[in-house]
Amino acid sequence: MSSMNHFVARVRKFRPLSTLIMLVVVAIWALPTLGLLVTAFRTQMSSVTTGWWTAIFDPFHQDWTTKAFTTVFSSTWDLGPAFFSTVAISVPATILPITFAAFAAYGFTFLTFKGREVWFSLIIALMVVPMQAVIVAILQMFMAFDQWLLTIPGNEYGDIKLSGEYPAAWIVHSAFAMPLAVYILRNYMMTLPMALIEAARIDGASHFQIFWRLIIPMSVPALASFAIFQFLWVWNDYFIAYLFAGNHTVMTYQILSMLGQHGEGWQVVMAGSLISIIVPLTVFFSLQRYFVRGLTAGSVK
Amino acid sequence: MSDILFAILAAIVGPAVTFLFYILLNFIVNRFPEKAQRVLRPYVFIGPVLVLVGGLLVGPTIQTMVFAFMNEDSSEFVGFKNFVKLFGDSQFILTVRNNFEWIAVVPLVTVVLGIFIATLTDKLGPVRERVFKSIIFMPMAISFVAASSIWRLTYSWNPGHTQIGMLNAIVEAFGGKAIPWIQNEDFTINNLLLMVIVVWANAGFAMTLLSAAIKAVPEETVEAAAIDGANAFQSFFQVVVPQIWGTAVSVFITVLISTMKIFDVIWGMTGGNFHTNVLGVDFFREYFVYQNTGRAAAVVMILMIAIIPIMIYQVRTYRKQEELR
Repeated sequence: MSSMNHFVARVRKFRPLSTLIMLVVVAIWALPTLGLLVTAFRTQMSSVTTGWWTAIFDPFHQDWTTKAFTTVFSSTWDLGPAFFSTVAISVPATILPITFAAFAAYGFTFLTFKGREVWFSLIIALMVVPMQAVIVAILQMFMAFDQWLLTIPGNEYGDIKLSGEYPAAWIVHSAFAMPLAVYILRNYMMTLPMALIEAARIDGASHFQIFWRLIIPMSVPALASFAIFQFLWVWNDYFIAYLFAGNHTVMTYQILSMLGQHGEGWQVVMAGSLISIIVPLTVFFSLQRYFVRGLTAGSVK
Repeated sequence: MSDILFAILAAIVGPAVTFLFYILLNFIVNRFPEKAQRVLRPYVFIGPVLVLVGGLLVGPTIQTMVFAFMNEDSSEFVGFKNFVKLFGDSQFILTVRNNFEWIAVVPLVTVVLGIFIATLTDKLGPVRERVFKSIIFMPMAISFVAASSIWRLTYSWNPGHTQIGMLNAIVEAFGGKAIPWIQNEDFTINNLLLMVIVVWANAGFAMTLLSAAIKAVPEETVEAAAIDGANAFQSFFQVVVPQIWGTAVSVFITVLISTMKIFDVIWGMTGGNFHTNVLGVDFFREYFVYQNTGRAAAVVMILMIAIIPIMIYQVRTYRKQEELR
């Protein structure tokens, strides 16, 4: 009898009802993505005539193929070069804003000056500005800059320009990231022991030395968490890459074009999508702990 | 391949140059007399960021405000003509209605779902909690373009053939008739299905923050309620909810802001067709398809006016927090 009670207690502790409900929720969340994974390895014929789940129920009678991957990397879609363009935008567009934001966050946290509250309120207000509110003016600004570059001797043919090139996307991404980056890093720096910084000041260290030797090493968790956030955002971005670095084709652009032609079978766009989400998912799952910690540190008081 | 070399070079040289730039600024400030240094020093740290956001966010926003009162190629002022035309256009009214529908549904559903999932997983063992949360969180790493591929297949409609979209296959399995979901405007079903995608993408964010808040609720307060004879629901609504209220509000506001600005998922799914248009998408149509800068800017201005109260709320919340420090 006691072992029976013990068993009942264990089952209760396992929470079968909560587990069951969560299994249903998780299934709803994962199934559409599973469809992507399965479809990418199907033939054109089977992808348009039968549901992807039929392939799971009968996996040994399917003509599985990697042909869709050959197609996306062929000259039709050139996803290889697009992958490199995406890297070329994402890496600097992650590192640059963090560098700028770290300096500003230090200034807002450890220096006292007139107007500090006003400037910081402005930064917070800018967090909600939609991208649409600024892109027309920025596009025009960059074009005007290119006109000015033409006047530089040796650049009469516009070999050096900003519009449509990588640096334009880096700059715009940096500007958009700045309010949130400064806000998150400052929130984190506020939690660092003030006494340590004051002690360093008394020892004669300059603000630059304190920033570089003390604050940056101590802020690594927050820097890492924002870096992950920013990298995911930039990697997955379509509009800024298309509008500002249009001379280089990124993956999201190619996949959206593939999606426009899904009449030729879903396997191509799914193979392309799969390639594009491998990097963010890897980053995400390997660094999830940092990401979650940063997310909760930034907003939960 | 040269792209990669260029990127690596930029990734190394960029921050190095940035750093040298800050050192140079600091060096210049060091040349000034002591008193001036104290005034200038903060701007070594915050100055470059102020220039960046001033030049690329503040300035362009003001410029857009001006464009909103100008004609299609910004060559002359037309007063309120763009706004008058927009509000006289029944399609535009529908677009605004869609925006209202989005903000009425998505933030609330996301927060409630976040609380629901956070509460359920909190009671499970650590392994199940971690696995379930990871799966719910995963869509956050997926681009709207990939999400559009995933969900266009899920909602797809194959008239007269075997259904390859999951939703229609389920409908047929229960004896129903397959429907062109995305084109279906009855009861704005297509809008609601687009909202499902955004909830799917945001639930992980809400769950993570709310889960942290739920874990921070002291065990004793819940136990005390149980001793006083409260059932699970009473203790949840009267003990747990008040303690996670602050987090729930901040998640709600964050999702509300992103919902007001929503455009990418709609762009990928319908392009704003079938009466699923919203202000964020309408801007792109006005500017790139119809090449009307004035109207595009006016559309953004209407969006901005809707966002300003939240902007003020955010700044006020920050000010209050500062006073508590």
